[in-house]
Amino acid sequence: MDTVLFIIFAIVAIVAGFNVVLQRHPISSALSLVGVMGSLAVLYLLLGAEFMAMAQMIVYGGAVMVLFIFVIMLLNAGAEKPSSKAWFAQIAGLPLLLAFIATLGFLIYSALPGLRAVEFGSWTMGTAEEIGKLLFTQYLLPFEVISVLILIAILGAVVLALKEID
Amino acid sequence: MTFFIVTLIKIVIVFAVFMTTLAYLQWIERKVLAHIQSRTGPLRVGPHGLMQPLADVFKLLTKEDVFPPFVNRFFYLLAPFIAVCLALITISIVPFGPEIEVAGVRTYMQIGDVHVGILLVLAITAVSVYGVALAGWSSNNKYSLLGGLRSSAQMISYELPLSLAIVSPLLLANQLSFRAISDSQAGYYLGFIPRWNIFQAPFPQIFAFIIFLIAAFAETNRIPFDLPEAENELVAGFHTEYSSMKFACFFMAEYANIVNITCVATLLFLGAWHPLFPAPYSNWVAPLVLLLAALSCFAQAAQPRRKNDQYTFPLFGVVFLVLTAIFVVAALEIVPVLSTILLSIFWFLAKVGLLIFAFIWVRGTLPRFRYDQLMHFAWTFLFPVSLLNLLITGLLVALFPERI
Repeated sequence: MDTVLFIIFAIVAIVAGFNVVLQRHPISSALSLVGVMGSLAVLYLLLGAEFMAMAQMIVYGGAVMVLFIFVIMLLNAGAEKPSSKAWFAQIAGLPLLLAFIATLGFLIYSALPGLRAVEFGSWTMGTAEEIGKLLFTQYLLPFEVISVLILIAILGAVVLALKEID
Repeated sequence: MTFFIVTLIKIVIVFAVFMTTLAYLQWIERKVLAHIQSRTGPLRVGPHGLMQPLADVFKLLTKEDVFPPFVNRFFYLLAPFIAVCLALITISIVPFGPEIEVAGVRTYMQIGDVHVGILLVLAITAVSVYGVALAGWSSNNKYSLLGGLRSSAQMISYELPLSLAIVSPLLLANQLSFRAISDSQAGYYLGFIPRWNIFQAPFPQIFAFIIFLIAAFAETNRIPFDLPEAENELVAGFHTEYSSMKFACFFMAEYANIVNITCVATLLFLGAWHPLFPAPYSNWVAPLVLLLAALSCFAQAAQPRRKNDQYTFPLFGVVFLVLTAIFVVAALEIVPVLSTILLSIFWFLAKVGLLIFAFIWVRGTLPRFRYDQLMHFAWTFLFPVSLLNLLITGLLVALFPERI
């Protein structure tokens, strides 16, 4: 059952991911990205990270992507015309992409020794309780630093918006 | 195997009741609004207009399905689908009562208990913006687009106070699952004050409840925050271009969202199925209420104002009397399982029904906000107040870790 769900949603994630790039219209791309987020949330859920899955849906699937779509709708962006590609991109694009992915995969594989097959449901540390404990003990400093960073970003947005109004 | 059969039975029951409720909610809304405005409301179809929802469904099904030529086909069809599907999910994790044992099978009065139940509800609320936003955009209509834009801005803004208002009862309950939150509200202070979260020590969540309700009005696009479909400004807002069943989907989603949000409010703040006062006495509230309903029906029948009243009202009176008899049996606890089921469902439905009535009442009495007032209210009043409430709750929970 878990394996079947994993295969279904992995395929959905990959197809939607390709769709983000292939679609001509920004709204279609943005909604494909929502599809990627949603299927990733299901994959998290399968691995036992229930809190992460819900946070993924609330923050990325909900807030962030709604804002994207809001902006696209507000600007009333139309479908893009495919631009003529450079000859270098046409010839070397696909091989270079494959080489890049292969290098990345090799680096990740060699950096993380002792990888073994995933067993669905064996990991039970993904509850809100466990994540909260870790956030407020072991990872307290990064957590606070990120909070300050987000605060700075908000203040920056306010300053920029005020400049626009004046 | 038993698990699958039991779950299937529960799904069938909940689905049937939920769908009937959605159909009749619209009838109730029309009736209540009519009586607020000194009218009578639907009366013609069936006894006292009770067949009106059926007639409405039939009308919507048989209407011509107009397909505007310049819409974005895929998203135009996807939008009502998203709206109605997401609206129907939440009811599956709502608990209606405690654990029961029927014919040797122990089961919860709930389809499924999710560990992160309340987060799931928030996730569904966050994603359900897409239905409205896409409908507005794909219709290729200025009014629809404005409705969709308003709706997404409004729902993002009001999600913040909503989430912050939810956090404070979670601090008291220390759990995320709906069942655990409901169980934490069982019992009474001094033997008569219920431990519902709006009365819960150390800090009663009455403010969080009010903030939650206000944000819930905005999240469900109801008056006074129904700007996405303000008919005197935007024709019908995001669903201007929709007809027939596609319109019915949005309509159903709207009512389903009202039921969902009132269920969540009941679970988080009003003690779910736990009665207002302790058990042997609170058992008799249900028969008393039903008996009063039966008596008022007979009183109406004694002075019929319309021709049909002579036989419709005695009929309703008899129905209410039968219900009274059933609940008297339940109150005497002759069959313990039956009384548990009936009484917890009665208390749950009573609270949800009162909140839904409040929703309709507000619709009948309050005017619509202006758009800038709406945003101003959310960001400069509701958001700071909910933050303050959260801070005080957090401080008091930290100071008094042992529950009183």
